[in-house]
Amino acid sequence: MARYILKRILTAIPMVFLITVLCFALMHFAPYDAIDAMTTPKMSQETINLIKAKYGYDQPVYVQYIRWLDGIMNGNFGYSIVTKQSIASDLAVRLPNTVKLVLPAYLTAYFLAVVLGLLAGANKNKRTDKIIDAISSVGIAVPSFWFAMLLIFALGYKLKILPIVGMHAVGKESSIADFLKHFIMPFLTLTVSFMPANIKYVRSSTLTQFSEDYVMVQRAFGATKSEIMFKHVCKNVLLPVVTRFGMAFRLLITGSIITETVFSWPGVGPYFIKAIQGMDYPIVMIILVLSSTMVILGNLFSDILYCLIDPRIKEMG
Amino acid sequence: MEETLKKKDKILSAADIRTTFHTHGRTVQAVRGVSLYVESGEILAVVGESGSGKSVLMKSVMGLMPDNAEVKADQLTFAGQDMLGMDQEQLRKMRGKEMAMIFQDPMTALNPLKTIGSHLMEVLKRHRGMDKEAAKKEAVAVLNQVGIPSPEKRLGQYPHEFSGGMRQRVLIAMALCCKPKLLIADEPTTALDVTIQAQILDLLKSLQEETGMSIILITHDLGVVASLSHRIAVMYGGLLMEEGTTEEIFYTPKHPYTRALLHAVPKPHSGSKERLEPIPGMAPSLIDPPSGCPFAERCKFACERCTKEIPQYRTYSTTQRALCIYSGEELDHKEGEVESHG
Repeated sequence: MARYILKRILTAIPMVFLITVLCFALMHFAPYDAIDAMTTPKMSQETINLIKAKYGYDQPVYVQYIRWLDGIMNGNFGYSIVTKQSIASDLAVRLPNTVKLVLPAYLTAYFLAVVLGLLAGANKNKRTDKIIDAISSVGIAVPSFWFAMLLIFALGYKLKILPIVGMHAVGKESSIADFLKHFIMPFLTLTVSFMPANIKYVRSSTLTQFSEDYVMVQRAFGATKSEIMFKHVCKNVLLPVVTRFGMAFRLLITGSIITETVFSWPGVGPYFIKAIQGMDYPIVMIILVLSSTMVILGNLFSDILYCLIDPRIKEMG
Repeated sequence: MEETLKKKDKILSAADIRTTFHTHGRTVQAVRGVSLYVESGEILAVVGESGSGKSVLMKSVMGLMPDNAEVKADQLTFAGQDMLGMDQEQLRKMRGKEMAMIFQDPMTALNPLKTIGSHLMEVLKRHRGMDKEAAKKEAVAVLNQVGIPSPEKRLGQYPHEFSGGMRQRVLIAMALCCKPKLLIADEPTTALDVTIQAQILDLLKSLQEETGMSIILITHDLGVVASLSHRIAVMYGGLLMEEGTTEEIFYTPKHPYTRALLHAVPKPHSGSKERLEPIPGMAPSLIDPPSGCPFAERCKFACERCTKEIPQYRTYSTTQRALCIYSGEELDHKEGEVESHG
């Protein structure tokens, strides 16, 4: 088993490396570069060259890449072209805000999805199943920004019980009650947007398991419905569901761009959007790298969990 | 007839079992009124092609049909208890304890995430109220009984560490846990290779002799049952076409379908150069079964009456009966005619 895990980790490292190459290359091939964002058409060629030299753009591409990579590895993510602020210290403030929002929302959505999915799958074609399935179908179809608007309209505008924007009211930065008030609507929006696809996934996984032969065999040996469900089906359902959990890691960084933007939540989302609009290449690149690294880490995490749950994988070296 | 049958105890006796499925707005009549019995300590083979309703019949008896199926019967008694009067919970308690069933594909019959030991111990705890220690001991004992070497070690292993034959042995061990009165084996060797098939069948036979339980062996392979079963029931199109002792079925088959089946079995010892005769055509659809004899379309003796009504059983001995308008003699005569013409 240790060998399997080690192998996974060793394959993950070149993947992360490849991602940095890819992100850098894509940005390099983009029609505008950071210099375009900093210069104006009126500037003389000498000035432009000076700026280029200042930021290292006069160097060959591979040198630029190596310098950039070296910076990332040392925690130096570079500086925003627009605000000249350190990206690392910006993210140090914004990332926790995003995590504070996404993590509870995803965990809630995931937990509810497992419960509802199992419930629906175990009651195939009965009323419970039909209701849960219908709700999740509608949920998939509803865009999250629209749902957010509805919440804002109902709770913020009509009933006036919840604040519409931000994470804190001015001057109440340390009040938890105030935070929660701001938290409820974006939290609901995210939970509702994460949940439906997961319900569908758990449900179909449950249906597959219930049609497996071993379920019939267990029935033939007198197992009760709940024994079949909890002692046999559950664990088998969770196998594929674990993969999904790993796939969700990247949401911690870019999982709530729209929701954060709608609610002006001071997380990574609005920061990212603003960077794209302002052609703030260093920020876009870092967030891309972080987000895709989370994908790799998530996969690694699912692989390891898989290995712990499934005896068939333990053997594979 | 009744008197001779009463000499031995009937462990299972069923009258007029009818099983229908409702799928996609259509009704499938999988079993269309089958009566049969199993004596205690005998091996009954239920033979038929795929889709003849033999598996469905047995799952109906076990109460294992899915929700979209409807099972009706005039009588269903097991070991003196009326199963028709039982509720779901009583039936569940019987399953795996008094009657057990093993299935076709041992590769998928075990939960891949559970050890062999926990499969066995779960049954022992459930039906015999054993604690963990006692269950473990007993599990080792039953694994020994079905011929699995070093059972203590095997107990902690997972299904994927077992070969197909070994898994079928594990399932048989699960079935033996509670010393059932009846074991239903649904094509237990179909998914195994030929040498392993023989081993599993030998095992079933010796276990039957050892424990005195009854076995219903479902198979589509007449060759398999010849040396094993005491009696044979032949099914086709959801109906029981013929039943009789193994000798009767092999030496004096009455029904045209039984005869056709026997012509399709290779006889390696006969030395004759006789060609195998396939049965032409396909088994009838059970969605809209023919109103007459289901075999009429493929039967070389069929007349117009055959396609109109389902015939009555003709009784040939205390143990043999067949569902055909013609008697065995009439068919012998007709067969002679067909051959002289052909």
